[in-house]
Amino acid sequence: MPESLFKVNIEEYMLPGNRACSGCGLSLAYRYALKALRKNTILTIPASCLTVLHGLYPTTSVVIPCLNCAFASTGASASGILAGLKALNRQDITVVAFAGDGGTFDIGIQSLSGAAERETDFIFVCYDNEGYMNTGTQRSSATPIGALTTTTPFLTKQEHKKDMLKIMEAHDIPYLASVSSSYPVDLYDKFVKAKRIKGTRYIQISAPCPPGWVYPPRDTVKIGRLAVETGMVVLFEIEDGKFQLTGRSKTLAQRGNKLPVIAYIERQGRFSKISAEQVAQLQNWVDTRWEEYLRRAST
Amino acid sequence: MTDIQIVTGNQAAAIGAMLCQVQVVSAYPITPQTSLTETLSRFIEQGQLKAEYVRVESEHSALSVCIAASSVGARAFTSTSSHGLLYMHEQLHWAAGSRLPIVLCCVNRGVGAPWSIFNDQQDAIAQRDTGWIQIYCRNNQEIIDTLIQAYRIAEAVYVPVMVCYDGFVLSHTMMPIEVPEAEAVKDFLPPYKPHTILSPDEPRNINPVTFPWRRYDDRGVLCDGYMELRYKLQTALENSAASIIAANDFFADAFGRNHGGMLWSYRMEDAEVALTSMGSMATEATTAADILRDKGIKAGVVGIRVFRPFPKEAVRIALNKAKAILVFEKDISYGYEGALCTDLKAALYSTDIRVPVHNYIAGLGGRDVKPRELVEASEDSLKIIASGIREPKTTWINCFTG
Ligand SMILES: Cc1ncc(C[n+]2csc(CCOP(=O)(O)OP(=O)(O)O)c2C)c(N)n1
Ligand code: SF4
Repeated sequence: MPESLFKVNIEEYMLPGNRACSGCGLSLAYRYALKALRKNTILTIPASCLTVLHGLYPTTSVVIPCLNCAFASTGASASGILAGLKALNRQDITVVAFAGDGGTFDIGIQSLSGAAERETDFIFVCYDNEGYMNTGTQRSSATPIGALTTTTPFLTKQEHKKDMLKIMEAHDIPYLASVSSSYPVDLYDKFVKAKRIKGTRYIQISAPCPPGWVYPPRDTVKIGRLAVETGMVVLFEIEDGKFQLTGRSKTLAQRGNKLPVIAYIERQGRFSKISAEQVAQLQNWVDTRWEEYLRRAST
Repeated sequence: MTDIQIVTGNQAAAIGAMLCQVQVVSAYPITPQTSLTETLSRFIEQGQLKAEYVRVESEHSALSVCIAASSVGARAFTSTSSHGLLYMHEQLHWAAGSRLPIVLCCVNRGVGAPWSIFNDQQDAIAQRDTGWIQIYCRNNQEIIDTLIQAYRIAEAVYVPVMVCYDGFVLSHTMMPIEVPEAEAVKDFLPPYKPHTILSPDEPRNINPVTFPWRRYDDRGVLCDGYMELRYKLQTALENSAASIIAANDFFADAFGRNHGGMLWSYRMEDAEVALTSMGSMATEATTAADILRDKGIKAGVVGIRVFRPFPKEAVRIALNKAKAILVFEKDISYGYEGALCTDLKAALYSTDIRVPVHNYIAGLGGRDVKPRELVEASEDSLKIIASGIREPKTTWINCFTG
């Protein structure tokens, strides 16, 4: 696959030296996403690690225009940008909302659902680091079962992750994709495709977070890959209702060599208190969904 | 030829928004505001108004849409009442903090729990400290005229404006109004020029994280910290009084109607008793003043039109000769007294006006209050004051208090 790297836009929209932690999966993914989106884009972002990555007034590390918005308002903020641009006869600009899992799965779900139902012509990106990281790793509905967070500090999270991709699929949107910061070319290609499509597009990025997931920063790419190789994260896209596995998930399906979840769990401190029963539950959760994905990919 | 129409307050507001050629409208239904947005929807779908209508799923989103649309340079309008306004609270701050000239019609209604769909002004008063200009209307003519003035004010000082009027009492009551001519409104209201534009032509990061201290930009220019930005908003509100008065005067010249700049006075020249209030209750107070005068009591009315910025100077001038001040209001700051009364007394504090002030809470949740009852309250008040009590206890009108 390295040759496809050569077609990646060489322009940089994220300047070196931003405020994300070292080894941040979000900043890896963001760089490639912006390369795919290019200049003629307006971003809107709610409170999150991304707000911090963008820098402190009056300097910023990102050269794409950005409207910071209140935590719950992201989908509506994008709708307002689009309505304003339309009223001013500017319809050549791609509007992109970029929110964390809290800003998507939890507090932002209402305005996102509203915008999708209105068939708002924008891309909503959720970078999923599986917790409220900006406020110091609290549980979100994207946190997996068995994970320690500061609000599940001893007993670990007791419930499974919410399937936000399914919720967005139920909105009948023209394009939906699951990507990972560890597979930038797959991510880049999907953003390029999404940019060309009209209507609401949803992209969810699996973005490992060293301090929140408790592993050394140098392991981010490895952890992200293990998430895919164990089936915790599945790379796919749904275009006009047509489902297909992509990239590493596709080859896993072809070769049938998915790893057990323990290979992923054992490398992260956040799972240090997971019980054997929870591991079994998690494995079962992964397997059931993996079967479903395989079924969908084969029809 | 003048265009006289018989319309409800909500229709007057919708016609006003249309005359202002708003470009983006976003709102969510709530009684008693609903018919305003329904009317605007009709104007837009029939092609009378060329605007984008974003039919959002909540009031929080309605104001979010207006904030974003205003940031890219479109004139934005929203309206709500009661719980809708409370649900917007976070975004009210966000709009003012972003210095966006959004105009919002607040059709005043009581707030729960328990539920009430009827009128009082608790909803808007509870948003007093969000950084919005608040103007209260007396009748449907004032609603349409004030809405037109509101955009001119907002776009001059980059502060959002809330045009408040009483639910049902005005929103659903038909009154004849003179509809300003579209061309004349265009002359009165120049196109909106944003202070900062959100565009790929000039990329910037709007409303990022700020720190307590000032910081240098990449060219070595020392830029505002959070506190400087707050100071600028406060200064803008303080200075907006001049723009509010100018808009009113200019409007009076252009359209022949003067609704008072910061406040209006009625028979105050020789008044010894000043009845003060906001919105439609201030109109009732004028009838009460007439009745009191018939009974030989020199009464007058000071109608507070603008609650924020508070008309400190104007209040001092208007109440200069009063021997007793009665404040009638449809809100309560729990644990203290009516919010208008508190502000009014504070405005008089370092002056020579040291007369008794009697606060009346009235009309909460739509409880009827008639001029006759304001007359009775005034007479009671004068008796209490005459007995030497300088600080009468806040009195709840038409309320069983045990
Ligand atoms: C209404 C509101 N509630 C709470 C917060 C505090 N807050 C800011 S960022 C954040 C967490 C964001 O989590 P997520 O969306 O997952 O993004 P991440 O920080 O993980 O990148 C919270 C709770 C807020 N800004 N606004
Ligand atoms: S806390 Fe995690 S997501 Fe946030 S900046 Fe650091 S590494 Fe990135």
